[in-house]
Amino acid sequence: MSSSSIVIRGGTVVNPSGNEVADVRIVNGLIDAVGTGLQGDVILDAAGAYVSSGFVDLHTHLREPGKEEAETIETGSRAAALGGYTAVVAMPNTDPAQDSVMVVRFVRERGEAAGLCEVIPSGCITMGRNGANLVPYASLAAEGVHIFTDDGNGVQDPLLMRRALEYAAPLNVTLAQHCEVSRLTEGAVMHEGACCSSMGVPGWPAIAEELMLHRDIELVRLTGARMHFLHLSTKGSVELVRQAKADGLPVTAEVTPHHLALQDELLRGFDPLFKVNPPLRTAEDIEALKAGLIDGTIDAVATDHAPHAAHTKEQPLDAAPPGMLGLETALAVLNTAVNVDVRRIAEVMSWNPAQIAGVGDHQGRPIAVGEPANIAVWDTTSVWTVSRDELASRSKNTPYHGMEVRGRVRHTIFRGELVVQEGKALK
Amino acid sequence: MKHLLSTHDLSIDNIVAILDTADHMTEINARPVAKVPALRGRTVASVFFEDSTRTRLSFESAAKRLSADTMTFSAASSSVNKGESLRDTIETLSAMGVDAFVVRHKSSGVPAAITQWTGASVINAGDGWHQHPTQALLDTYTITRSFGLKDSLQGRSIAIVGDIKHSRVARSDIDVFTRLGAEVILVAPPTLLPHNIATWGVKTASSIDEVVGKVDVLYMLRMQFERMDSGVIPGLAEYSSRFALTPARARLLSPHALVMHPGPMNRGIEMVVDPSDLPGSRILQQVANGVSVRMAVLFTILGGGATATLQQGVDA
Repeated sequence: MSSSSIVIRGGTVVNPSGNEVADVRIVNGLIDAVGTGLQGDVILDAAGAYVSSGFVDLHTHLREPGKEEAETIETGSRAAALGGYTAVVAMPNTDPAQDSVMVVRFVRERGEAAGLCEVIPSGCITMGRNGANLVPYASLAAEGVHIFTDDGNGVQDPLLMRRALEYAAPLNVTLAQHCEVSRLTEGAVMHEGACCSSMGVPGWPAIAEELMLHRDIELVRLTGARMHFLHLSTKGSVELVRQAKADGLPVTAEVTPHHLALQDELLRGFDPLFKVNPPLRTAEDIEALKAGLIDGTIDAVATDHAPHAAHTKEQPLDAAPPGMLGLETALAVLNTAVNVDVRRIAEVMSWNPAQIAGVGDHQGRPIAVGEPANIAVWDTTSVWTVSRDELASRSKNTPYHGMEVRGRVRHTIFRGELVVQEGKALK
Repeated sequence: MKHLLSTHDLSIDNIVAILDTADHMTEINARPVAKVPALRGRTVASVFFEDSTRTRLSFESAAKRLSADTMTFSAASSSVNKGESLRDTIETLSAMGVDAFVVRHKSSGVPAAITQWTGASVINAGDGWHQHPTQALLDTYTITRSFGLKDSLQGRSIAIVGDIKHSRVARSDIDVFTRLGAEVILVAPPTLLPHNIATWGVKTASSIDEVVGKVDVLYMLRMQFERMDSGVIPGLAEYSSRFALTPARARLLSPHALVMHPGPMNRGIEMVVDPSDLPGSRILQQVANGVSVRMAVLFTILGGGATATLQQGVDA
């Protein structure tokens, strides 16, 4: 690690204790000083920008191993760094799936080799995400796996889900559910509502998410185990989580930028770019999700970054895979779609997800002397137009192409190293 | 008009103009030699990714009567079975020189998607549960001409009976019929109705007995057997008891009422009565009109800017 010093000059430092205008100096991977008039070898302009702990994404599909034509750990890490992320949780629906020590180690090592952000492997809940056999939780936890999920599939069997919660609870890990009763979504393409009805495609009803969410909240009540709920998409889901939290249950929840910003109406042209699971929903759902994000019912914004090679999205809407890019646009889309203050942005993009991901000892930390230098510098005022051709991801399936957004990541520092400067990746 | 993807793309004026053109085509089809040179030198490719006999033959007859060259592509005997993508298939055919694609696909939205990959016109010959616009046009043509009407269905009531939810014919017909002023009544068990039809401007009825004596048109849809396997309805016998057109029910029809069906019929399921016993049956007329209407659509899309006007094409 370089012993030269970096000074972030003139930004507003965002901390849980409050905001203050200050310079921040980084030496040897740590924050060395916070104050005014600091000098250093590299000076980063942060005037008009905020300086917070780096963002932590709870929900990133890096596609490696198995689908390297869509994304690799390196290209996805670069996209993450450009989005202000210093840590991402790599979803386990790779091929082979992240259900063994070997695959989990591979993902972590590839992330370290890329060196653009911390790649935190998650584990499956069941072997090969088959919904039938539990993974070796303790062995994976010993490798640093904290989040376990069959994301892409909900765990259908309630007995298996109960056992997973009971078995995993004493290991101090978190099970994360993709809530979807699959019998209710067979062949589903988009939100079941007026739009899908006139388009003549099978619908994905809100109840399919809410039924499993309700079941799992009750399993949390029964077992006492902690649980995280992935990508909430419906008004009813927000209400279920709100009530569970009011009851004091150890649950957390995330929402994606696209579920806050985009409606099912966008699918009218049958463009698979807007197909995602869970699907884009209605204005009413969006309003409920925004309210839940603002009032604390929803803890984190997570991207569900899901790269797909172009040819796979050039299929009929029902055959194309669901998913959209998210890492490089998350801050801007959140800031554009939702009226949130700067502190809440830092909370839902960094502080809370760092805790949920089990990396709160070195990510999502205060900007203070002696803390590890995982830092994002960003603003909420720069207006820019998203272009799929300018993204670092290996895939181009952003739903925001051509859209004007507000708010931009300026610099990202990962473990004391400047990896993004003035919106450009340095490696 | 460049493409015909959905009835929603057609204004009422567009619809009326196509039906007027179809009158000319009907006149051509009545000639001893039913062929005119209107689309000579144009190439129409029928690209059917899903089995269909009548619609494909109807389009091909229409193209040939206008002297267009035709190409036929059917998925069963094509490189699609070797894994060729939709995009590659269309780009390949397009490179051979195609002026219009007539497309049938089991997935909703495919004709719209294809427009990205070709400069040719695209005509939707049925996509998933979504749309079958030429069926709606030929149905509207059949109804208006049977009643001596031109450009309106005002004051007419049309019951559509059967599996509305999975029917592209129903979605297309409902749009055109309601916009032309007809009262449309959907007759189906709730599991075969689409969700959120409150905004569709239609009524519903839960048995054919509620409507059979009152309507001007009884439009029967094909009941698809696979719906039984998926548990959408309890069984065929129960379905027939509530939704089939039986001889007893047929006797209750108004004397002027029309009976229609897009085909193919399930005799003994939704059609228990023999349609040839029904004076009001227009089922074969629909097939004949289908050729005229598809000629009108092809001419509307491909004839514009050509050397031939319709009259020149007709009279040359």
